[in-house]
Amino acid sequence: MSTVEMTADHDHHDHKPTGITRWLFTTNHKDIGTMYLLFSLLMLFIGGAFAMIIRLELFQPGLQFLDPIHFNQITTMHGLIMVFGAVMPGMVGFANWMIPMMIGAPDMALPRMNNWSFWLLPVAFSIMMMTPFMDGGGPAFGWTFYAPLSTTFAPKSTDFFIFSVHIMGISSIMGAINVVVTIMNLRAPGMTYMKMPLFVWTWFITAFLLIAVMPVLASVVTMMLTDRNFGTSFFEASGGGDPVMFQHIFWFFGHPEVYIMILPSFGLASAVIPTFARKKLFGYSSMVYATGSIAGLSFLVWMHHMFTTGMPLFSELFFMYATMIIAVPTGVKIFNWVATMWQGSMTFETPMLFAIAFVILFTVGGLSGVMMAMAPLDSQYHDTYFIVAHFHYVLFPGAVFGGFAGAYYWLPKWTGHMYSEGLGKTHFWLSMIFVNMTFFPMHFSGLAGMPRRIPDYSQQFADFNMWSSLGAFGLGLTQLLFVFLLIKTIRGGKAAPAKPWDGADTLEWTVPSPAPYHTFSTPPKID
Amino acid sequence: MTLVKKLSLACMTLLAFLSSQAVLATDQFNLTQGATKTSHEVYDLHMLVVKVCISIAVVVFGTMFLSMFLHRKSKHPVPAKFSHSTLVEIIWTTIPFLILVGLAIPATQTLIHIEDNSKSDVDILITGYQWKWQYKYLAEDISFFSSLSTPQSQINGEEEKGEHYLLEVDKPLVIPVGKKVRFLVTSKDVIHSWFVPAFAVKQDAVPGFINEAWTLVDKPGIYRGQCAELCGKDHGFMPIVVEVKSAAEYDAWISEQKIAMEEAKAAAAAAAASSWSKEDLMAKGKEVYDGKCAACHMPNGEGNGPFPALAGSKVANGLAEEHINVVLYGRNNTMPAWKGVITDAEIAAVITYERNSWSNKAGDVIQPAQVAAMSNQQ
Amino acid sequence: MSLENEKTLKQKNRKILFRLVVVAVGMIGFSFALVPLYNVFCSVTGINGKTGGQTTASASMQEDDSRDISIEFIAMNGKEGELEFRPRNNRMELHPGKIYSTEFYVKNLTNKAVVLQAVPSISPGSVALMLHKTECFCFTQQPLAAGEEKWMPVHFFLDSEFPKDIQKMTLQYTLYDITGKGEFGKVVSN
Repeated sequence: MSTVEMTADHDHHDHKPTGITRWLFTTNHKDIGTMYLLFSLLMLFIGGAFAMIIRLELFQPGLQFLDPIHFNQITTMHGLIMVFGAVMPGMVGFANWMIPMMIGAPDMALPRMNNWSFWLLPVAFSIMMMTPFMDGGGPAFGWTFYAPLSTTFAPKSTDFFIFSVHIMGISSIMGAINVVVTIMNLRAPGMTYMKMPLFVWTWFITAFLLIAVMPVLASVVTMMLTDRNFGTSFFEASGGGDPVMFQHIFWFFGHPEVYIMILPSFGLASAVIPTFARKKLFGYSSMVYATGSIAGLSFLVWMHHMFTTGMPLFSELFFMYATMIIAVPTGVKIFNWVATMWQGSMTFETPMLFAIAFVILFTVGGLSGVMMAMAPLDSQYHDTYFIVAHFHYVLFPGAVFGGFAGAYYWLPKWTGHMYSEGLGKTHFWLSMIFVNMTFFPMHFSGLAGMPRRIPDYSQQFADFNMWSSLGAFGLGLTQLLFVFLLIKTIRGGKAAPAKPWDGADTLEWTVPSPAPYHTFSTPPKID
Repeated sequence: MTLVKKLSLACMTLLAFLSSQAVLATDQFNLTQGATKTSHEVYDLHMLVVKVCISIAVVVFGTMFLSMFLHRKSKHPVPAKFSHSTLVEIIWTTIPFLILVGLAIPATQTLIHIEDNSKSDVDILITGYQWKWQYKYLAEDISFFSSLSTPQSQINGEEEKGEHYLLEVDKPLVIPVGKKVRFLVTSKDVIHSWFVPAFAVKQDAVPGFINEAWTLVDKPGIYRGQCAELCGKDHGFMPIVVEVKSAAEYDAWISEQKIAMEEAKAAAAAAAASSWSKEDLMAKGKEVYDGKCAACHMPNGEGNGPFPALAGSKVANGLAEEHINVVLYGRNNTMPAWKGVITDAEIAAVITYERNSWSNKAGDVIQPAQVAAMSNQQ
Repeated sequence: MSLENEKTLKQKNRKILFRLVVVAVGMIGFSFALVPLYNVFCSVTGINGKTGGQTTASASMQEDDSRDISIEFIAMNGKEGELEFRPRNNRMELHPGKIYSTEFYVKNLTNKAVVLQAVPSISPGSVALMLHKTECFCFTQQPLAAGEEKWMPVHFFLDSEFPKDIQKMTLQYTLYDITGKGEFGKVVSN
């Protein structure tokens, strides 16, 4: 393309295409980012609706609404949709919108692949969500689908579930490749790696994790597929296989996967807190190294999900020590955020409220994680509600609150309007109260011995379950407030300046709000 | 203090008192100390970690709240300029590392104790089934199934829930107090997990493989646990009950079991040989159906989801041999095999009941001898 | 952007894209390689309770009668009602370094021929490799005609290096019906 043609193209593109074809064929990172974010919000509500059904059944002892098979199906779908449909695409949405602007690039490096990455998702999830209506019912083996419950003993729809996982995996791998190529090749001149905002770093590292482990997930579901249909015996004891091998391969993917879900939120917190503390992020290079260490260590800890499978002593000791060690770089990050706040000059707009709550409540989840790392204690915690409490703390007030922090932070940039601070704060405080009401009691029911994935429970767990269910209903309803606020802000509101937050200093704040369709067609000068 | 503040304080105190009465009376907030030396060791380690975690949380959150108070813009308008300190990074890397080492040492010791399965006095083979446990005493020739005994009517809310709702079984595991009991855990079908919090024992039951665990209980009593690995439909309905008896009572129980097994064999043989009246078959059949079949096929025989309706079904209205075959040997990895799990007489009764209930009018009556005949050859 | 710059950028993008795709494909290969790696690791350390393959006893093997180790035999019937499966001995007292024999009884209760596969598992896992089998019905598939019954032998010895702190072990065989699955099923080497 000649220089002349390029300029002409830019003139054309000042007018955005319209209609459904705009969205179907777009290669624009902002459009694609928007689609990912809206898709993930929709999935958050669908997964959330399933959670409401679960909590409705668990409100009181006894089976009132669901029979156990449907309960297991809904629990499974809740997990799959939240992990693969809400958290992961949500973070990719942030990556798409913000990484090019933060590094001064005009778009992602591979814009057409970017489009495919997104559109594979509705296809994958349509297939996934058809499975409950198939003969024999949908997947009912938990989002961790252990063999042989998920192979020999699973319904026909499992093959479609596997197909859907393959499609999602391809989408994730393509998206991750795009992120790596973009960050490596498209940084504006002068933006060295150690000058990139931390959010870009955390996504850079997350992308490598995705490329490394999504293929492992693809392989393990392929092995399931051949075990089910082509007579292999990877996980079938009768053919010389080993069901525990499934857990090894799954968790080799699964543990890095949970860091894939949280590292971008670490980046979001690292974007928001310095802005509202009006102080640079403390210990930038430590933060980068800590993130890298967490990612590297995440490959060495998978067997802590398997302490009760009959491991030999030396394995239990190794994985206990390795898992405990991950607490060190994670702690470093937390201390660095606190040090950023310390002696800053803080105001507490909604993004900052969510970011601070993220740090506090993620820490709660992280501390219960240290407890679980200790193998002799895990014999009491494993597969009880203590684990459920742990991962919901790191995922909801962890990853999702990080997402809300980022969303409120960049809503003015995306929409050109200031959101209503009153509504935002209301959304925050109600979420804060209800998220704790929902998940904190689960620590207690877990310690009291209540197992996971059961539709009915004995009476000593009743009080805790009641509080969890009430909290969950409140939490679910509160999110509707966010949707209302989102629609309101998109449609109108006080005009947002290029830089609504006086403490912000990254490149996206140098372009107008809303951000023009094309930004940084000419790279900015970095000093 | 203003009146408003006084009233608020009074209300909060009252609320705290009331809720503590309501909640603390019945709820268990902490891990159990349990009934074994191991469970006490685990509890002590747990308390150590809890205290460490709470201390860390107090320090970190305290610093954050203090900062939010002291360094808010209205009170601290000029932010400091510092943004790194290698010394501080080293300090807050080293101190957590040392704390972790401090936790790892007792954890290692406890783990080594837990993994020492040697020198057991009693060995028991535990097999997980969908959805019950089988216990086999390896030194004696005693084996039996242990299934949930809470009636469906309590689960459905038709009856009030009993004291040990969902944590009661028809035949508990019995072990002697003060003796080391070694458990060999495996599974018949999918992965289950045998979990008794009071013993701090949780061991996965993996099909085709055998795992070991052990316990040595200090006090006689009844201890309850649950399956701790999702194993299908009734994962939440296959509890564990362990009765720990004094050595003398245990020995007596063993002898009783052996006698009872002989008697049961004889009774089953007699029942199988004799001819039952239709009323007796229907009555027994209903008892068996309600206790063992209704959970999947529903009390009204209408079926549910993947579990077919028996009312109006081809099997229940067709050839008796086919019906007996399905009940004896199961099908599709979903319908379990009942041969050897319930007696031939019970199978004959429940089949008779199914064939003559709801809309089914097969009219025929199945005698235990027919079942026995099919049970010895397929 | 100038024409040359754009061309170089495209090339640079393609280069990284290609390398990352290679990594992704490589990770698929790695995942499948985990399967034999896992089996090798387990057979070398014995940690999942799987025993080694057929061994021959050395002529110079010495019986160590200074210690007694008791072994329990468990017969796990994978097809209750269609097969009968039980050990001849529930328990044996052993000395390391001496060859012992026992048998397992199996009967096909159906009126169709079957092919069976026994899968062994040893507890504790740390001694799985200390049990050497010179002959075992678990090495091969076992065909049984309708109604046929037979006694299947196991000849084995315990390694002289058997750990001093273990006095009890368990050998469980799970018997599976693999009629019709033989062709594609993985070869069982133990």
